[in-house]
Amino acid sequence: MEHELNVVGKRLPLHDGVPKARGTAQFTDDITFPGMLFGKILRSPVPHARIIHIDIEKAKKVKGVKGVVTGQDIPDRQYGIVPKARDEYALAKGKVRYIGDDVAAVCAIDQEIAEEAVSLIKVDYEELPAVYDPLDSIKEGAPVIHEGVQNNTSMSIRKEFGDVEKAFAESDFVYEDTFYSQAVNHAPLEPHAAVAQYDPLRGDFTVYSSTQIPYFLRRNLSSTLMVPENKVRIIKPKVGGGFGQKIDMFAKDFCAAWFARETGKPVKFVYEREELFISTRQRHPMYITVRTGVKKDGTILAQQFKAYADGGAYNSTAPTMIALSCYFLMIPYRVPNLIYEGHHVYTNKPVGGAMRGHGIPQARFAVERQLDMIAGRIGVDPVELRVKNSIQAGEPHPAKFIINTCGFEDCVKQAAEAIGWKEKRGKLPRGRGVGIAGASFPSGVSNMSHISSGSVVQVGQDGAINVLSGAADIGQGAETVIAQIVAEVLGVPLDDVRITAADTGTCPLDPGTFGSGVTVRAGNAARLAAQEVRKKLFKFVAKQLGVERDDLAAKERFIYVKGNPEKGMSFKDAIKGYQYDNQPMPIVGRASWFAPSTEPTTLFKEDGNFAPNYSFMAQAAEVDVDLETGQIKLLKMVTAHDCGRAINPMLVEGQLEGSVVGGMGQALYENIIVENGQVMNPSFLDYGFPTFLEMPEIGAIEVETDDPIGPFGAKEAGEGTQLSPAPAIVNAIYDAIGVDFKELPVTPEQILEVLEKGGKN
Amino acid sequence: MKKVIELSINGDLYEVLVSPNQTLLEVLRDQLGLMGTKRGCDLGACGACTVLINGEAYLSCIMLALDGVGKEIQTIEGLNQTKDLHPLQKAFVEVGGIQCGFCTPGMIMTAQAILNEPEKPTEDGIKRKMAGNLCRCTGYKKIVSAVMSAAEPAGEEV
Repeated sequence: MEHELNVVGKRLPLHDGVPKARGTAQFTDDITFPGMLFGKILRSPVPHARIIHIDIEKAKKVKGVKGVVTGQDIPDRQYGIVPKARDEYALAKGKVRYIGDDVAAVCAIDQEIAEEAVSLIKVDYEELPAVYDPLDSIKEGAPVIHEGVQNNTSMSIRKEFGDVEKAFAESDFVYEDTFYSQAVNHAPLEPHAAVAQYDPLRGDFTVYSSTQIPYFLRRNLSSTLMVPENKVRIIKPKVGGGFGQKIDMFAKDFCAAWFARETGKPVKFVYEREELFISTRQRHPMYITVRTGVKKDGTILAQQFKAYADGGAYNSTAPTMIALSCYFLMIPYRVPNLIYEGHHVYTNKPVGGAMRGHGIPQARFAVERQLDMIAGRIGVDPVELRVKNSIQAGEPHPAKFIINTCGFEDCVKQAAEAIGWKEKRGKLPRGRGVGIAGASFPSGVSNMSHISSGSVVQVGQDGAINVLSGAADIGQGAETVIAQIVAEVLGVPLDDVRITAADTGTCPLDPGTFGSGVTVRAGNAARLAAQEVRKKLFKFVAKQLGVERDDLAAKERFIYVKGNPEKGMSFKDAIKGYQYDNQPMPIVGRASWFAPSTEPTTLFKEDGNFAPNYSFMAQAAEVDVDLETGQIKLLKMVTAHDCGRAINPMLVEGQLEGSVVGGMGQALYENIIVENGQVMNPSFLDYGFPTFLEMPEIGAIEVETDDPIGPFGAKEAGEGTQLSPAPAIVNAIYDAIGVDFKELPVTPEQILEVLEKGGKN
Repeated sequence: MKKVIELSINGDLYEVLVSPNQTLLEVLRDQLGLMGTKRGCDLGACGACTVLINGEAYLSCIMLALDGVGKEIQTIEGLNQTKDLHPLQKAFVEVGGIQCGFCTPGMIMTAQAILNEPEKPTEDGIKRKMAGNLCRCTGYKKIVSAVMSAAEPAGEEV
């Protein structure tokens, strides 16, 4: 980067921090309209059954009830975020597939009446045999969850890179191990909600929704309601965390819109906490068998994977999840020969969906754990093993990823040094240990045409800079980052930029918050749009100053000649002069952006560059295992992180710290327990994600690279850091007590059981 | 049977008609429009609904509105009676103790209860006393920093 940066790269507070701190920031449940109705969903109490009959007569007669809807009433249109995997109705038609499946809905003048009416709906079910484990579900004769889906396997991929058979034959050692990752709930603090309005003359729906994907929600609502997409306007208010759980339409969105049209009133649905645990989404439980061939020195020659993901009752993001799980096995390590076979399997359980890392945390747990096991078996230090196999920038990739920048090797070395690897590994007293793991993540996806972002930047007569972006800020600070990018390009402070975002009625297209693509994708669109404005304004200023446009730079509201910072014009005077020069106002810049892609990558058929760029990280943990009680305490986690250039280091740290604590939850505490299809711990108290008390010491080391594609060199920072905390922690537990755990989470009960058996798992 | 009660909230008196089983959270949000107090779980398990009752932190989702009679109730909207940001609000914003902001009002009210105590807060004390407030975004580190910095006189390093 040749010029200094004034706004980008600075630790600036969220642009909407003040309303959030004052409690005036508006979330979906905070929205009320006069005459608004309240909705409630009736959910299936049985895991698998045919719906024989639904009697809504009693519910309809309750005073104050304004509408009842069942699966029979709605169009025969299935939805899902991935078109070819659509298998879900907003309300079940004919059959329910898990406890919590959406069956019917009521709206009424208040919440209590809606709840009473829902309890009066009588459903006759003909119960069917159910299945709860994907390994049972694939067996011959297992209950059929979706008609026509063989072996309950809705999605399978098999990909082969290189010559795996030959590479295994050339390996000095070949090891095979099987690992399991559990179901984890995203547990955002804000419950899912929707408020809908309908204009019968225009045929327009306006839906406020706690969503991460306003434009996909628009598409799914349009197709399920069977109305044109341009008749559905989605507005995303503040969203209280998503982590992937708010990627998808839900019954609350559909039913709010349905009732708004049927009743002519605004309608609100808010899910209860229990509904979030049972009826939204969770991280897929996954069995993964890994076979790895290495040379004596630890060089990886080949890997073969077989994965079974427990998808629960519906597909949600299944194809994407399986593809991510596969492709990201070939990064951050050099794996020249690889076979991946992955299956997405239906069970009569809560639905798997995108969750921070999306299919990759499960795969990384398996790989990073097995690398440590191999290191032990062949007598190579785990850090050395990782350094030896680190992928490097510019090297050819088996799946044709283009890796322009890569700080992974430095990340491993620096994380190891910061945790005190040399002094501690294998040298701490029994019960204390250190472990390390690594990962890489895409900054969005570059291979699909609808994965593009637009931006409009407008400078008005008042000098105000207004940005329109479709990006969905769900708390990570996307709006702030985009505003920073615009402020940097125009040479003004962050506070001079206002942003309006995530309203499909006024803002340009954006795919939403997933795949960690927002900063690179929406950030680049905003950067280009701001550059359009800058070109127009600078052209005028250059003429006034008698210089060339390219001679100019700008900072702190002053446009000046490079190398002669005295000579210039204030931003305000430039705007004033521009309009008196008979130039049309406002000055508008527009841009659309998607990642450059030369390959027709489709994940399943063609290889190619998956993402515009890739972040890298290594995470090192120190744990204390209480040999009496089995309690495991994560003392410290250090992350060395290549996220390119951080647009806002304070927000990047925030992402990282949240990821580390989330990863710790995945490693040690969190697990959705299901018995006979019933979630047994659907509350914060029973589920128990980490609190202030479990918080470890968190260290961060920035391994900066200057990526050529990310805006100002940025890469993703939201998801990658959630991939390696869990394996790093479990690797540290090995160092502490010499036991190789292969399943998540590792609990005190398991520790005690193993210790009683003499330390062998 | 519904009953008219008087609640003192943020220094002002409000007359409200409540049922015996109505929670304080319901009255604050649904009747008085004080939406800063959040409903995260309705089970007293996440702290998003924290308000101050006579200066101490209470979970308004498991407290009956009737029990608020005769007490000083303070919500996030009443934290500050001046036009400026309260030091806690300022610290949360500046230190980065906020991401999605949904837990923030509850966090700030619990933090205020800690600052109301006579002894100077310690990092361990803050973690212990705030353990009932859940946050899924921040990993808590910057929230602790924010409370510590708000507790310090200006200019001192935390």
